[in-house]
Amino acid sequence: MATVPVDLTVDARGLNCPMPIVRTAQAVKGLAAGQTVEVIATDPGSVKDFAAWSKTTGNEIVEQTADGGEFHFVLRKK
Amino acid sequence: MTVAETPIPETMAEPAAEPGEPAKPKDILIINYSGELEKVWATMLLASTAGAMGMTCRVFVTFWGLQNFVKDERRITGQNWMQKMLSFMSRPGISHRKLSKMNFLGMGPWMMGKLAKQYKNPSPKELLEVAQSMGVEFIPCQMTLEMFGLTRDDLIDGMAEPVGAATVLGLMSEGSAPLFI
Repeated sequence: MATVPVDLTVDARGLNCPMPIVRTAQAVKGLAAGQTVEVIATDPGSVKDFAAWSKTTGNEIVEQTADGGEFHFVLRKK
Repeated sequence: MTVAETPIPETMAEPAAEPGEPAKPKDILIINYSGELEKVWATMLLASTAGAMGMTCRVFVTFWGLQNFVKDERRITGQNWMQKMLSFMSRPGISHRKLSKMNFLGMGPWMMGKLAKQYKNPSPKELLEVAQSMGVEFIPCQMTLEMFGLTRDDLIDGMAEPVGAATVLGLMSEGSAPLFI
């Protein structure tokens, strides 16, 4: 679980490419700059995809953990 | 003039991007030419992801690609008998696409749809809706629109004004990364 406070959680478990990214982008739209979103995904490709998404959009990955086939990300809106 | 005095050409004098600052994503320009299921799937997947990445993405829709953007409930389109026959032989609409191989009278696409559901992969139609909501612009080709006898009313809602090849080439020359699908 996230160790930093999160403003919103996106449950992308079971979803495949590109839906974890799409759902996250839709969620981030509604956030103010500096707010955080936690994403839980099971798509193994999401590790690299979130890195690329973060690099392109400038939204920072503050935390990233893997736990038994589940990937947790905490992202901060730019 | 000595070498040291030679002014630096403007293009080389550009300051390096601030560290930590993301590189400005290039615009994406997809030319959707094909009407087969697997190709419209690829188009929609890339377009919706580009939207989610905050990139400016435009999809120029031409030739067989136009059939992907005719409303699903339209059966026969066109003004004259040849255009009508074309739509009769190849049903337009994003939910009625055929596979380029292993179509087997619709068995192939039906199984693909089943598999996609089983693996929780979004359908082309779902991805199209996502792409539109993420600001991806779908631009029909004026010339083929007329050739197929399609009206703006035949096409799905939210499409941009039809344009021609010059607009597309103009976008490419301005640096949009092109993809021809």
